[in-house]
Amino acid sequence: MIRTINVNIVTETIKDMCIESNYHLSKDMDQALKKAADTEESVLGKKILDQLQENLKIADEDKIPICQDTGMAVIFMEIGQDVHFEGGNLEDSINEGVRRGYTEGYLRKSVVNDPLLRENTKDNTPAIIHYTIVAGDKVKITFAPKGFGSENMSRVFMLKPADGEEGIKNAILTAVSDAGPNACPPMVVGVGIGGDFEKSAIMAKQALTRNADEYSKLPHIRKMEKEVLEKINAFGIGPAGLSGSTTALAVNINTYPTHIAGLPVAVNICCHVNRHTVRIL
Amino acid sequence: MDKYINTPITEEVTADLKYGDYVYITGTIYVARDAAHKRMTEALEKGEELPIPIKDATIYYMGPSPAREGKVIGSAGPTTAGRMDKYAPVLLDLGQKAMIGKGKRNKEVIDAIIRNKAVYFAAVGGAGALLSKCITKSKIICYEDLGAEAVLEIEVLNFPAIVVIDRDGNNLYDMV
Ligand code: SF4
Repeated sequence: MIRTINVNIVTETIKDMCIESNYHLSKDMDQALKKAADTEESVLGKKILDQLQENLKIADEDKIPICQDTGMAVIFMEIGQDVHFEGGNLEDSINEGVRRGYTEGYLRKSVVNDPLLRENTKDNTPAIIHYTIVAGDKVKITFAPKGFGSENMSRVFMLKPADGEEGIKNAILTAVSDAGPNACPPMVVGVGIGGDFEKSAIMAKQALTRNADEYSKLPHIRKMEKEVLEKINAFGIGPAGLSGSTTALAVNINTYPTHIAGLPVAVNICCHVNRHTVRIL
Repeated sequence: MDKYINTPITEEVTADLKYGDYVYITGTIYVARDAAHKRMTEALEKGEELPIPIKDATIYYMGPSPAREGKVIGSAGPTTAGRMDKYAPVLLDLGQKAMIGKGKRNKEVIDAIIRNKAVYFAAVGGAGALLSKCITKSKIICYEDLGAEAVLEIEVLNFPAIVVIDRDGNNLYDMV
């Protein structure tokens, strides 16, 4: 059976998600930050984490964005193959949702029309949209606006198979240590291992949308996530990069089969304002 | 050490600031980020005047979210200062005394800080809602067409920041 969805519903949903994501962190992030404030060892680090708690409270009460960089709108659309969209072009309806959300929600418009000419589009469009076709008749929308302080510190490493697990860990640790205070720590680190050049990067981005309290289902990857997180926190970069025991809140790794000759590793760094909301239509 | 300071941040003020000091800044400061810095630099190259009085100025690297009706400003936290490294030394040499941002600076900027007895503060990144509470006035003074990147003149009251690079070039991030 084909299920028909009007694109106006997509527009309305995206609009709400823009606003919700920027005013409130998801529960997993909220809890991760609370826990960090309780366990941070440095006095200044603790003071900063307490300020982040206060910041979240003000954002919620005053309906003001958690961070002024309300991001470029990154959207994962998982579309059931039995869905038919009516009422207009899907991509246009998504961008219309972003336009309305960023305007009505008093969110910052941070997109320029051309990477060289750099004229602000004044409505935060276009969004970056990743589509996948899946089984079923539902549409799962994940909205993850991404700030560029941390985005700019992200990297893709095309490692050799011989570099193995050590090479991967070094790549992640290098990216995080280079990012330091620029990425507004405590960070969340999204990693994509395998696939090819672009697949690894998209996996890394998608890994950031995983809940901060969830681990990989693969035992060897789960082990690596825990180990790398521990090593990152041993760096001592700390909240705002001013030293402390909380440098990252989570390391989320996604993997995919790859070529016999390759070992791509993408590290997408996010700040503590790691926004992600999910809606199912 | 906690210190309360007022703008203009002059040489006398920076003389008393050490890396690691926690300061509360009060007074008039200017807001500019990437595109505005590029334009100011181009203006200087053409021999034009800068749109802000640069002597002893404090520039906050920031691009706020829009203000709701009746509010002074939207969310207003710091942006990554390193992107202004290309432009900062010239402005420091012209008299700018303080920068507020977040993240690392390059050697040219640190040299310019030492040369001009200036200071680099970090504000807490991602705390834009909280920091907006310390901003009591805000007005666009030029480059309005740049949207979120327009140059603003703002009044701050006890705006919290940390001295990351003091006028002797000591760098708090290096001690971490
Ligand atoms: S890196 Fe994140 S917290 Fe920092 S300014 Fe950008 S969006 Fe905000």
